[in-house]
Amino acid sequence: MHVNVRLFARLRELAEAESLTVEVPTPATAATVWRALCVTVPALTPFERAVSCAINTNFSRMSQPVADGDDVAFLPPVSGG
Amino acid sequence: MLAVTRAPLSVDALAAEVEASVRTRGEGCGALASFLGVVRATHQGRAVRYLEYEAFDALALKVFAQIQAEAADRWPGAALGIAHRVGRLSIGEASVVIVAATAHRAESFQVCRYAIERIKQIAPVWKHEFFEDGEAWVEGAVVNPDDEAARARALEIACM
Repeated sequence: MHVNVRLFARLRELAEAESLTVEVPTPATAATVWRALCVTVPALTPFERAVSCAINTNFSRMSQPVADGDDVAFLPPVSGG
Repeated sequence: MLAVTRAPLSVDALAAEVEASVRTRGEGCGALASFLGVVRATHQGRAVRYLEYEAFDALALKVFAQIQAEAADRWPGAALGIAHRVGRLSIGEASVVIVAATAHRAESFQVCRYAIERIKQIAPVWKHEFFEDGEAWVEGAVVNPDDEAARARALEIACM
């Protein structure tokens, strides 16, 4: 299946893309998507322990299942305010 | 009362909106506290030229609504407005404006402080600093909205 990945801030710069389509086997979780993404963009790998995710604009755990067509956003540590 | 915008922020406009929302609620509004985060000229000794803020707008608005709900739970009757700017900001410009309205003064400061601490913890917003001699993304908190300890810490700071 395919999911739509969105990247922000430094992750976006490292991937040189704010969104991209990632193919993963079924069933898959957000963590599966992240690992597939890191194969395509190895520079993201160091963020493994610092990344958060949101599935369809809801904060989600990396262990949460994803479905075909889902929007999966990966978020580096935040610095708003 | 919640916004992510590329336009300059107005504390007066947000204050008017927040006050109007509680004018006729409960005891009414006797105190408005505001907080502005502004672009500082230096960061760890380096001269800042300007900043760029980026947000996951749709999720940031949900997070601001969550912070509003948390504040209403802890301070019944309080109202909270949050506006965050994105895009390029010059030194001295406001990146975030928070307004809290409560019946009495003490709680208005607490709600404001709680909101900025929670924004720092969980809002999907990123600051990119541009210096005279380089640039850097600021990477602060790893977002975990289920982290009750973080929420408790924000409450504790707000009520010091």
